[in-house]
Amino acid sequence: MAATVSSGRDAVATPIQRAFREAFYAGAISLGLFVLFIGLRTDQNITNELILVQRWLLLAIVVIAVTVGRFLYVAYAVPAMERSKAEKAATPAVVAEPGFIKQNFNRIGLVILLLYPIAMVLLFGFQGSLKWVDNFGIQILIYVMLAWGLNIVVGLAGLLDLGYVAFYAVGAYAYALLGTHFGLSFWILLPAAGCMAAFWGVMLGFPVLRLRGDYLAIVTLAFGEIIRLVLINWREVTNGSAGISGIPKVSFFGLISFNVSDPNYIAKVLHIAQSGAYYKIFLYYLALGLCLLTAFVTIRLRRLPVGRAWEALREDEIACRSLGINTTTTKLTAFATGAMFGGFAGSFFAARQGFVSPESFVFLESAIILAIVVLGGMGSLGGIAVAALVMIGGTEILRELDFLKAVFGPDFTPELYRMLLFGMAMVIVMLWKPRGFVGSREPTAFLKERRAVSASFTKEGHG
Amino acid sequence: MQYFVQQLINGLTLGSIYGLIAIGYTMVYGIIGMINFAHGDIFMVGAFTALIVFLILGALFYSVPIVVALLIMMIVAMLLTSLYNWTIEKVAYRPLRGSFRLAPLITAIGMSIALSNFVQVTQGPRNKPIPPLVSQVYTFDGISISLKQIIIVIVTITLLAIFWYLVNRTALGRAQRACEQDRKMAALLGIDVDRTISITFIMGAALAAVAGTLFLMYYGVVVFSDGFVPGVKAFTAAVLGGIGSLPGAVLGGLLIGFIESMWSAYFSIDYKDVAAFSILAIVLIFLPSGILGRPEVEKV
Repeated sequence: MAATVSSGRDAVATPIQRAFREAFYAGAISLGLFVLFIGLRTDQNITNELILVQRWLLLAIVVIAVTVGRFLYVAYAVPAMERSKAEKAATPAVVAEPGFIKQNFNRIGLVILLLYPIAMVLLFGFQGSLKWVDNFGIQILIYVMLAWGLNIVVGLAGLLDLGYVAFYAVGAYAYALLGTHFGLSFWILLPAAGCMAAFWGVMLGFPVLRLRGDYLAIVTLAFGEIIRLVLINWREVTNGSAGISGIPKVSFFGLISFNVSDPNYIAKVLHIAQSGAYYKIFLYYLALGLCLLTAFVTIRLRRLPVGRAWEALREDEIACRSLGINTTTTKLTAFATGAMFGGFAGSFFAARQGFVSPESFVFLESAIILAIVVLGGMGSLGGIAVAALVMIGGTEILRELDFLKAVFGPDFTPELYRMLLFGMAMVIVMLWKPRGFVGSREPTAFLKERRAVSASFTKEGHG
Repeated sequence: MQYFVQQLINGLTLGSIYGLIAIGYTMVYGIIGMINFAHGDIFMVGAFTALIVFLILGALFYSVPIVVALLIMMIVAMLLTSLYNWTIEKVAYRPLRGSFRLAPLITAIGMSIALSNFVQVTQGPRNKPIPPLVSQVYTFDGISISLKQIIIVIVTITLLAIFWYLVNRTALGRAQRACEQDRKMAALLGIDVDRTISITFIMGAALAAVAGTLFLMYYGVVVFSDGFVPGVKAFTAAVLGGIGSLPGAVLGGLLIGFIESMWSAYFSIDYKDVAAFSILAIVLIFLPSGILGRPEVEKV
């Protein structure tokens, strides 16, 4: 939260002098920013009138922290970074053989993912593993699935979609409504929800085909909001903001059920003790399976003509058209395919929660998914998975930091700071790595030898 | 007929607020080609600053004339909100200039999330109601106009006039327009591009702060999440009018205001936002660069 003051004078000043000056500016600016918002707090008194509570000590602490932080950053961190950069430039570039982990990144990741629930059960027992499998495992996998789906639209085809959550909502409501009213099974409704979401993807795609760049962004955003508002207001069907509850659970292809009352309940079939953890572990593997399906389809599609057309569209739309690619169908298939995976994720989400309401499909979700795609490096599946792990896992872990209560007193709730830190993390990661975690790209078509395309040559599309 | 005129007046009031916010979007877009997603939250910070200043005035003085109070609220809100937007531009957007197009968009979304949650954490998540500041209502021939609405329209027109003068008749405005056309050429001709961009952010934030103060006065309540909906509507207005075009932003704001009030009066209040967004989509299908926007020239 500090300003960068750079001018010609800096050349003569020593780092320490410059640090003092910058720290002073940073302190003054943060004082200005925070004096009303941290120094005073608006609270309601007993008669419901707003009163001001003064918190000057907190303000002083924050301002001093910003000042000292800025001083340390300019005086020590920046010179240290510059030195290491200079050292790196001085040593001759050795083409290092990528390490074992880097070479087998996908395989190692997959093995860890497969063993994760088992490890959690061994570590914490069935009851203790619930939280780790559900809040961390499944939650992150849902976002990975969504981000990989959006990656087809944004990362491959280069079309900026700010309303992706609409397809997630369509999938979730399709499963919720058809499952509760007609009692259809998850395994029938999963493809149905995917098709329905794909249909809506085409519906959105048609009007926006002529739009480009930010016009496309705002129309997709508007589309997402329209879907959410319709879900809120069409009370006869969607039950409004109260949402739909009692959504049936997924069964293991009808063979093994996870409802305690059913005759084929898992504990009765396998003759083991009852536990809610079986269902969560089953859902975890289901989510993992859906993720792998998404990844598999994405990887294969990139080698099909349509996938190559998407990437060509992202790189240069005019060249694409002049080479005879039908941009209309190319864009529509990108929207439809991306939306279909959103629909899959949505129906999985509904099955996992057992409850859906419009609250889950706000713009913030679209923003988070888009942020994961961009932070992951747009187009790189591994990078996106890492981004989802860092951003979602990082904010989920804040719920667990109970020891902070011992430091800041019992009133301190780390959860409150979750989204604040999430927003700041988005900014910091983007400043640190503007091209995302994996900026380089693996080309789909190549001559003789496959070489990664450096980040500075990759494009992001204008659609 | 009276009912129609009444809705026209309500729409004008709402549209003025949207227009003031939309100018901030459209100016920033025109000059650096990015969607400043945090602008809606800047508007909310403006409204909150006005609220806190109002409470300070109430605590310090027994009574202040309402005009003076509104003026002080507006000025302090303009100053502090500008400081916020200036800092955000320096911290989150400037280092990414010339980078990926999506990089500043993501930092802007991050800043938007951070700002609204910052206000939630520091000021609490509840609605913040204030007693009505201005409550006179005049009735002409069955049409009632409240003093609040008159103030909003007058303040908006005054600000737009000042703003028009700044952009079209001063050296600063010339520099802004030059940067909008070609940043590199402007820099070669001796314009301090960074400074011009900073001032653009400050101007946008000042207008948003006024909109925030007027919003607080009109509705009498503000909450940390208030930035999103007016922000999206104002952005819609900017796109509808043709993003990058200043008269377009005002026109778009008024249109969105009229659509909203007419739709809630004649059809259904629940679907007023759906109507506004649908009309945006329909307009863009036929005029892909907005009503007053210049069509983008494709260069090979």
